[in-house]
Amino acid sequence: MPAPSAARASAYLDHAADTPVLPAAAEAMLAELTRTGNASALHTSGRTARRVVEEAREELAAALGARPGEVVLTGGGTESDNLAVKGLYWARRSGPGGDPRRTRVLVSAVEHHGVLDPAHWLADPATGQGAVVEELPVDGEGRLRLDALRASVERDPASVALISVMWANNEVGTLQPLREVVDLAAEHGIPVHSDAVQAVGQVPVDFAASGLAALSLTGHKLGGPTGVGALVLRRGTALVPVLHGGGQEGGVRSGSVDAASARALAVATTAAVATLGERAAALSVLRDQLEAAVLAAVPGAVVRGPASAADRLPGLLHVTVPGAEGDALLYLLDARGVECSTGSACTAGVPQPSHVLRAMGLSDAEAQGALRFSLGRTSTAADVALVAEVIGPVVERARTAGLALVSS
Amino acid sequence: MRVLAALSGGVDSAVAAARAVDAGHEVVAVHLALASASPSATPGRARGCCTVEDSRDARRAADVIGVPFYVWDLSERFGRDVVDDFVAEYAAGRTPNPCVRCNQKVKFAALADRALALGFDAVATGHYARLLDGPGTTTGGRELHRSHDLGKDQSYVLAVLPPERLATALFPLGGAADKDEVRAEAAARGLGVADKPDSTDICFVPDGDTRAWLGARVSGAGSEAGDVVDASGAVVGAHDGAAGYTVGQRRGLRLGTPAPDGKPRYVLSVSVAERRVVVGAAEDLDVDVLTGDGAVWCGPAPEVGARLGAQVRAHGREMGCTVERADGGELRVRLDEPARGVAPGQLLALYDGTRVVGSATLSSAVRAERATLGA
Repeated sequence: MPAPSAARASAYLDHAADTPVLPAAAEAMLAELTRTGNASALHTSGRTARRVVEEAREELAAALGARPGEVVLTGGGTESDNLAVKGLYWARRSGPGGDPRRTRVLVSAVEHHGVLDPAHWLADPATGQGAVVEELPVDGEGRLRLDALRASVERDPASVALISVMWANNEVGTLQPLREVVDLAAEHGIPVHSDAVQAVGQVPVDFAASGLAALSLTGHKLGGPTGVGALVLRRGTALVPVLHGGGQEGGVRSGSVDAASARALAVATTAAVATLGERAAALSVLRDQLEAAVLAAVPGAVVRGPASAADRLPGLLHVTVPGAEGDALLYLLDARGVECSTGSACTAGVPQPSHVLRAMGLSDAEAQGALRFSLGRTSTAADVALVAEVIGPVVERARTAGLALVSS
Repeated sequence: MRVLAALSGGVDSAVAAARAVDAGHEVVAVHLALASASPSATPGRARGCCTVEDSRDARRAADVIGVPFYVWDLSERFGRDVVDDFVAEYAAGRTPNPCVRCNQKVKFAALADRALALGFDAVATGHYARLLDGPGTTTGGRELHRSHDLGKDQSYVLAVLPPERLATALFPLGGAADKDEVRAEAAARGLGVADKPDSTDICFVPDGDTRAWLGARVSGAGSEAGDVVDASGAVVGAHDGAAGYTVGQRRGLRLGTPAPDGKPRYVLSVSVAERRVVVGAAEDLDVDVLTGDGAVWCGPAPEVGARLGAQVRAHGREMGCTVERADGGELRVRLDEPARGVAPGQLLALYDGTRVVGSATLSSAVRAERATLGA
């Protein structure tokens, strides 16, 4: 295959990791960045900043079907997830209305580490938090098994502190049956949190209608900046803060509020939600073309995640390539201008078998050659064409390299 | 050429990669994750080439040099072929060199194979050694030589590479005047690792306490208590595992009975099967007939009778020798002068001037007259 040259075509297909900042969001951010004033201060500059923050909060609430007072600004998805999981757990066990018997934290086995890790932290004997985590199984498409959730809850509803189930999976794009989860939890008064980081701006999200107690989102997956997000927290839901200090955000999240980021997040979220329908339609077409191209060029490739378009994110394609290793595929694709991901988290850059694929029943060997292509606002038919051009030879070469590693 | 540069996170490999870029090669950097999943190594906490900090330093160096960076997980191979081998060799009473095995089985085997399969032409490392290309060379082909700076020379740990491996190797630091030159160059290039200390210990032994590390891993006969005896067979002490002893070792013998002449005693040999450690006087360590197996020739095999230099440890001195046997994988040499502290398991590397001829792993090291008597 031809060696990659300096001036080459490139295709950015990693929008689920980070999507380009919307120009309007960047402009709004820059305008606020150059202005002085702490939103907590009482003078004119402070009042101006506060007004920016509160208008952003109102705009976000409107875009998400929430009340302004329910929007807690945070430093991003991971912080929102930590705040929800730990904060709900602590509040449900102690404090007004708390019950120390509520030790069980129920999560789907395919949650992002932003949820899984704080849950397991609460259950780690070394932290003395006393939680018991139950990772609930998913089916072969990555969808939570409601029968397992029901069995788990009904075994002892009084001991469940919270349930956390993501809105859409970040690796394979599966939309979770949140309606059913919330209805089941409501029977027992159990709060449900959902990590909607991949969902907001991609599929319709209406917080009020969802019945959720809490919902996480982040800026950089929907055209806003990195480092800002929100936890939407239903009014009246008790939550113990993780960050203590100046008492900002209703005492739930201390720290000077970043007015510029809040403004940019609001602009981006509003735009992403407003254009969701047309973008989803366009991305679905591109995604299906990409799927057809990959399957045509790669013998043995298997598409993972829901078969039905209605059950998944519109712009995400996950495939596993038998006989190839994910990191070899990534390198070879990168060298040819295609930027994508294996979809799973890394430890010091070392690819680990995906816990999502494992939970879906794949063996470590099957999970090895995983590739996640995620499309977004700036994706074009040319991106698909570049993947179609290079994926066949890349896989062939990666398979040879995989063999080299096994046999040498 | 398309060059895969192995970045350890240290200064040498970073400068080597930068020099490969300067030489006009298309360079991609890779850091090897070696300890993470190794069943025998302490998970995650090893130092040397295996830590998260080193991985971060390597990534930053790649950023500064301006080349793509990847981490490849070769921990399974490393665990099996280097760490487990290290334990097994000690358990069998031998003294292995893990860096040699890492080069032979991981860097210039698993890594190189994968690199070539992915379309690279060569693997570059920060080793201090030189590759000279024919036809102007003595052998007419590519030759491995000691580095320009003999004080830093690392050709010994590369003496296990056959011609087909040397063909795809690149050692950009071989011509460096000294380490100071490399550090100065690193600083001039803006590499933050310029003043990072050299790694000295075995990278997978977290605190440098090899004996304790081995003690926790060696099982079987090598870990069982037994007698320390003198050359006559008289019991002079006890040990709690023969595998913990190395030929030439003086410290930690804890002998109850002093030597008749009052002189210090040293480990002469270790027999794991008999759970026995033999000690004696310093002069009893003298050996001059070295026999090895698993010979690898970096170029043509030497003739019997060839006069060469022998080296038995990484920074040991070179000793004159005559080749007595070089047949298949077997090698026997006779040293001009007896040498001390030579143990089975060590690598015997042979040199012709600065050229590395090849190597073999020592299976025995004896004194000629004893060998004759024993025969």
